[in-house]
Amino acid sequence: MNASTAKTLGMPQKNIVAARALGRRRRLVDQTVRILCIIATLIGLFFLGSIMVTLLWRGVATLDWITLSREFQPTTYGDPDAPRGGLLHAILGTLVQSGLGILIGTPIGILVGTYLSEYAKGSKLGEVVRFVSDVLLSAPSVLVGLFVYQILVRPVGGFSGIAGAAALSIIVIPVVVRTTEDMLQLIPNTLREAVVGLGAPKWKMVTLVCYRAALSGIVTGVLLAFARIAGETAPLLLTSFGNNVVSWNMFGAMASLPISIYQQANSGFPDLIQIAWTGALLVTLGVLTINVVARILVARRK
Amino acid sequence: MSTTENSMSGSFGGVEARSSAALNSQLAIAVRNLDFVYATGGKKALNAINFDLPDRQVTGMIGPSGCGKSTLLRVLNRMYSLYPGQKATGEVIMDGKNLLDDDVDINELRSRIGMVFQKPTPFPMTIYENIAFGVRLHEKLSKSAMDERVEWALTRAAIWGEVKDRLQSSAMGLSGGQQQRLCIARTIAVKPEVILFDEPTSALDPISTLKIEELIDELKRDFTIAIVTHNMQQAARCADQVAFFYLGELIEIAPAAQLFTNPAQPKTQEYITGRFG
Repeated sequence: MNASTAKTLGMPQKNIVAARALGRRRRLVDQTVRILCIIATLIGLFFLGSIMVTLLWRGVATLDWITLSREFQPTTYGDPDAPRGGLLHAILGTLVQSGLGILIGTPIGILVGTYLSEYAKGSKLGEVVRFVSDVLLSAPSVLVGLFVYQILVRPVGGFSGIAGAAALSIIVIPVVVRTTEDMLQLIPNTLREAVVGLGAPKWKMVTLVCYRAALSGIVTGVLLAFARIAGETAPLLLTSFGNNVVSWNMFGAMASLPISIYQQANSGFPDLIQIAWTGALLVTLGVLTINVVARILVARRK
Repeated sequence: MSTTENSMSGSFGGVEARSSAALNSQLAIAVRNLDFVYATGGKKALNAINFDLPDRQVTGMIGPSGCGKSTLLRVLNRMYSLYPGQKATGEVIMDGKNLLDDDVDINELRSRIGMVFQKPTPFPMTIYENIAFGVRLHEKLSKSAMDERVEWALTRAAIWGEVKDRLQSSAMGLSGGQQQRLCIARTIAVKPEVILFDEPTSALDPISTLKIEELIDELKRDFTIAIVTHNMQQAARCADQVAFFYLGELIEIAPAAQLFTNPAQPKTQEYITGRFG
């Protein structure tokens, strides 16, 4: 009795053979998963690289001063003496509409994000606003276009740069709301307490300290929103429509890079298709630059 | 004023040592029958607290985690009112006025009762701006007067020598101990009458801790100080009187030497000899 008790309580025996088999299996699973991860990464990188290389290869031929400084011209029918067209109208149109879209959408987005983070603690309204904003974030952009078409294009009776900017601002708002709320949430409550502990009213706490602490994050969000709308096509098709000349009239149809690409790529004329490639390259390089700047800002924050 | 009647007739829980020798001097703050809940209808985190902060003395507040000492500190400058649901009832009397009354200007109150937190909380701005920020909330000073105030506060917080050549660089670049002294400077720059310290050294190394303790000793010439600490040696070193809290109740308050050598309550005896906590 005594002996058997001692035996059951003694040091458990280690099965070295079984342990080694387990170890081999673990290494095998580890290797397999690692290889699968690498393959998945390579597939993703392949398509990304392929897009970049194709864009560069097809687009760089007409990436020159003529493209950057001239408006649209009809096809040359292969005539080397005919004037070649450019994308100036589309570049300016995209900058103006996207810029205005950011100018309208950013303040609204920041205010809503501030409300959600600083004032809506546990309130029903806050939850509803956050939910609607998240739905808007993932809504198909053509719906935004249709919406603005109904309220700003049809009643007025014509396409306009204003309507384009309004559609883009609707896409900007939920992006900025999300980043503003997230960045303000990162600020520790101890910092907020330290500010009000000095006798500061809440609005000074938010505007003088919280915004400063979250500044680079919010700027990053705005940049990413800009990158997003610079490539939007569907909402502009239904609102600012497109134009073949440089136009500063916000109340008339206005060109934009994505729509110029769409129209010229569909034209069937090789010289116009070539310019569409360059337009695509320009949009991609622009968006890439903005993303890199945003990443640098995020890195500086840390 | 509906709470006034409670102030005189409060239950003292049989604790005799409460209003003892050290407290003959003038009172800065008197706490009477204070109750506190973290959520409406929830359990009392503070229960019928009666407590005095004598003018220009250091009051140490000790007790195991969750005993209510930090909660009490956060009632004194109404920090809790940031969070909906948290509620204090009773009286916190300063200059004959109950600070818990609704008509109290909470921002002015916090300019009179400053607070230094557990973790250093420098604002994301320059060292100079960190100090000037609080001053600007309550006073309009000329550039030169502000320069003077900043120098005065940094000097009083024993950090002027270390930062005088880099007032315009970011406060985030300072070490933890320097940041904490900056936060003390920021608090005293507003010229409060009372300073609340909530475990001000628990995130700091021993050298920085020593500096802060020396500073507290120096500051009590001009300010009434309450300090919450987990460290009984620190309470013994810094405090003139020490209050021991347990489960939301004030068990004993007495001059430091008396509380640590000859406590009146058995619970205090158990805690200071390390039998629980």
